[in-house]
Amino acid sequence: MTVERTRTYGRLLYRLIGRPMLREPVRTALTALCVGIGVAVVVAIDLAGEASAGSFRSSMESLQGTATFEINQVGGIPDPVFGELSRIREPLRFVARVEGYAAYPGSGERLPLFGVDVIGDEALWEGLEEGLPDLDSLAATRPVWVSESVRAAVGDRIELAVNDGFEEFTVAGILQASSLQAESVGPMILMDIALAQQILGRPGILDRIYVDVPADSDRDWESLIRDRLPSAATIDPVGVQSRQNRKLLRSFRWNLRILSYIALIVGAFLVYNTVSVSVVRRRPMIGVARSLGMSSRMVRVGFVAEGFAFGVAGAAIGLVLGKALAFGAVQLIGQTVQSLYVSSAPSEIAIRPWTVLAALCSGVGVSVASAWWPASDAAAVPPTDAMARARFDYRVQVGRGSWAIRGLACAAISIGLCFLPAWDRVPYAAYVAALGLVASATMLVPHVSVATVRLVSRPLLGVFGVAAMLGARTLSGALARTAVIVAALATATAMMVSVAIMVGSMRDTLLIWIDSQLQADLYVQPERTPGERNPPTMGEDVARAIESLPNVEAVDRFRSYTISYGGLPATLALADFRVFRRRSAMKMVEGPGSGDVADQLISTQSVIVSESFSSKHNIHVGDVVSLPIGDGAEDFEVAGVYFDYSSERGYIIGDRGVLLRYLPDPRLNGCGVYLVPGADVDASRLEVTRAIAGRTLQVARNRELRANATRVFDRTFAITYALEAVAIIVAILGMAGALLTLVIDRRAELGVLRALGGSKGQVRRLVLTQAGMLGLMSNLIGLVLGCALSVILVKVINKQSFGWTIQFHWPVGFVLLAIAGIFLASLVAGVYPARIAASHDPNQVLHEA
Amino acid sequence: MSVLCFRNASKSYALLEQSVAALSDISVVIEKGEFVALVGRSGCGKTTFLNLAGAMDLPSSGEVLIDGLSTRELDDAQMTIVRRERIGFVFQFFRLFPTLSTLENVELPLQLGGFPNPRPRARELLDLVGMATLEDRMPHQLSGGQMQRVAIARALGPSPSLLLADEPMGNLDSETAATIMDLFHVVNSDLGATIIMATHSMDNAVEAGRILSLRDGRLVADESKGSGA
Repeated sequence: MTVERTRTYGRLLYRLIGRPMLREPVRTALTALCVGIGVAVVVAIDLAGEASAGSFRSSMESLQGTATFEINQVGGIPDPVFGELSRIREPLRFVARVEGYAAYPGSGERLPLFGVDVIGDEALWEGLEEGLPDLDSLAATRPVWVSESVRAAVGDRIELAVNDGFEEFTVAGILQASSLQAESVGPMILMDIALAQQILGRPGILDRIYVDVPADSDRDWESLIRDRLPSAATIDPVGVQSRQNRKLLRSFRWNLRILSYIALIVGAFLVYNTVSVSVVRRRPMIGVARSLGMSSRMVRVGFVAEGFAFGVAGAAIGLVLGKALAFGAVQLIGQTVQSLYVSSAPSEIAIRPWTVLAALCSGVGVSVASAWWPASDAAAVPPTDAMARARFDYRVQVGRGSWAIRGLACAAISIGLCFLPAWDRVPYAAYVAALGLVASATMLVPHVSVATVRLVSRPLLGVFGVAAMLGARTLSGALARTAVIVAALATATAMMVSVAIMVGSMRDTLLIWIDSQLQADLYVQPERTPGERNPPTMGEDVARAIESLPNVEAVDRFRSYTISYGGLPATLALADFRVFRRRSAMKMVEGPGSGDVADQLISTQSVIVSESFSSKHNIHVGDVVSLPIGDGAEDFEVAGVYFDYSSERGYIIGDRGVLLRYLPDPRLNGCGVYLVPGADVDASRLEVTRAIAGRTLQVARNRELRANATRVFDRTFAITYALEAVAIIVAILGMAGALLTLVIDRRAELGVLRALGGSKGQVRRLVLTQAGMLGLMSNLIGLVLGCALSVILVKVINKQSFGWTIQFHWPVGFVLLAIAGIFLASLVAGVYPARIAASHDPNQVLHEA
Repeated sequence: MSVLCFRNASKSYALLEQSVAALSDISVVIEKGEFVALVGRSGCGKTTFLNLAGAMDLPSSGEVLIDGLSTRELDDAQMTIVRRERIGFVFQFFRLFPTLSTLENVELPLQLGGFPNPRPRARELLDLVGMATLEDRMPHQLSGGQMQRVAIARALGPSPSLLLADEPMGNLDSETAATIMDLFHVVNSDLGATIIMATHSMDNAVEAGRILSLRDGRLVADESKGSGA
């Protein structure tokens, strides 16, 4: 009985809801496509974010086998520590690693380079039958094992650029996932640990030791091992650095995710609009169905089912489109991750069950939620009342005042939320505030729309004639629909404006900062990829050779180490403040002036920290930071906090003279060269290049570095513009759909206009005016909302997520261009509905009731 | 010269691969100042007749001449101009624009035709139909009878040669219908407007000077009381 009843109800719902959807395939397809694009963006960003963040982990983890712990030390672990650990008479297994990067000139690619124990690490070599090392040939042939991506064959002699020189090796084998007992093998090069130490310039130093403990033992192995380690070394569960990197990436990925939701929110507006229109159009039918015995619950279920159908169709479109979009997005995100966080190459983009579930949840969830209100409205229609559409619009007209008051209240609450702090470095309250502002703008839309139409009616009549005026008036008459579509496009416009202001502000702030930061005339460094954990080094003799040149006044030596501070990765850097003090100035957030800080750094055990480090760890001038160097935790006083926009990880910088006591490796990652006043930069560059001939070092002029920084920045934010553009495309598609609906709904009026002598051109002008008005109102609201959102983005979300102070700069030209583009696009969206409107046969519509 | 002339005019529509005749071989001449009632059952072709008479549609065969102009020789733009300048429409459901005020509704056809300064003319017409005091009201603030008065004023705006009314009293109570009928008489006698009114009601039809009866698309009777203009 129940099954039979369900079947009957299902059939009924199909007839009342499904059939009308199928009868208007263009409108139905447009709405499903809008939801689909929204879902696609969410899926693409998630897939691309996962691929970008997951790749660093994958190449490392493919080599860590079944290890439980890993041991690390800033500056590296001395060889004897490994020997000491190996003497523990317990069933423990220790595996040493050396890590670096090498460039393969064959492909121009920089690959992770791992030094492993080719003799002792049997587990690693299990399954690698070909190329098993022959002890006698180790020194002579310098064997390396390479991943397939290197495209070399066994026996090939290959040349790799390591640090500041070229080295030659013989390919002993090709790494397979099966041979490493890993799921997949990312691009990498493996060699004997001693060889790696030698070519990386770190003799007697290990980067990491993995520890395998018996699985069935509950003994406190960690404490046992820690007791045998130097105090500067740390032991952590394996993968801690990957986790720290992922934690660091969390804010970045959250911000991207939130941006990706915008297109979905715009899609939600459109589902709301579509279902509302369905409800309004079918009100008389609902009244009849209710009088025939249909319950209000069934009516609600019917219209929610319409939203559900859009959601399922949208999720399906979104999954397919999302995977395609992810290929483009992963390049953009990968570059950003590399520039600002850690070195990584994108891993494979794969749709997993979780991705499908997320797409379904976002598509269906948003669509059903959007349909719920209009569905409830439909359910509230009493059997006796088949309320006319005009009354529905009239109700919105009358209620616009109270909605405006609610909107203002919502805005006030949103502003209040901006003052709440971030939670675990994610600015949830600020996200809610931004959403609240969007909601408040939505509530104000009916009021603003009516006011705008009133304002422009007369000028429109004067300039474009009565058809244009009538078009505008019709919009305010169909306020229930107009408001939703204006809200959708205004949201997309606002996000475009706010992100443009944010990015423009960041760009200008960065350029000003670069001007103050990059003071040296030339910069010398080995080729590197930003974000490498162990960046390539060069000998200090390079600096000395450059120093001896006649046109060179001073050389600033620079070295950096990746450390872990407060559970997050950070960069500890050594700079030559004696040189810096004479020739440069740093912009300080806190603390004394740049010169005084340099004096303090040279003469005392103190450091300066970057703003993002200060913000992440709540460290300020006068505080003490305990660094895991030397004999363990060495305390340094914070002498200042300086502006820095080069990396989100955060910097701790000390004077090289002081820090070399704890990190005695004199090698450099790079140096800044200050020329004597008046020296010719190009000629000096040539001299420097000659002085370091035979080494793979780059000599860049100051302006090249600046240009490169700007290029990296623009590349970094390309993804945000792409996301905004998608949101606007969705809104414009939605607008075309809404105008089409309006044209269909108002066809009788258009028929009368034609009967009264209105030409087809005048009908087209009417619809195009409506499109233009929608664009105008959306731009107006979007511009104001965008400016408000930009304040939240720059002053709250950015500060809480990344800890950067950004100065406001208004990219007036770009914003004007963007809103002009959106206005034009809205006019284009009106072309098809205008054609349809002009092609209506007035005879057919004039005699309808 | 006659205002409207049907010469063997027929109109047929394609329905499920069959041709259905809506009007067959109609020949009739309407002179200036006549008040003609068009009667017949539902589906007899009244609306099709009005569509052809109002330059809204073209005959499948034969000719329809409005002020001597054959509609078959006009393109869409010229038909639009004919409607704008020579025809006035009054509909059963009033068809006022809900977002325009009473005055603006009457101004509309004048503005569509580029009539200079249409406001005094619109006010004059509202005064004629007794709606001058309600010129700022919106359509939803008017009664059915008031809306139809405004619709008549709107139709008279461009001083048309022919006023076509499709069941103008069909949506009104009898008392209001009577006042609207009186208004048509005023328009016909005082302004000399030629009126063709499609109606179901013989009570209303007998008030016209001439009655055209349609049945199954054919003109079956043409009775004149000889009291037209």
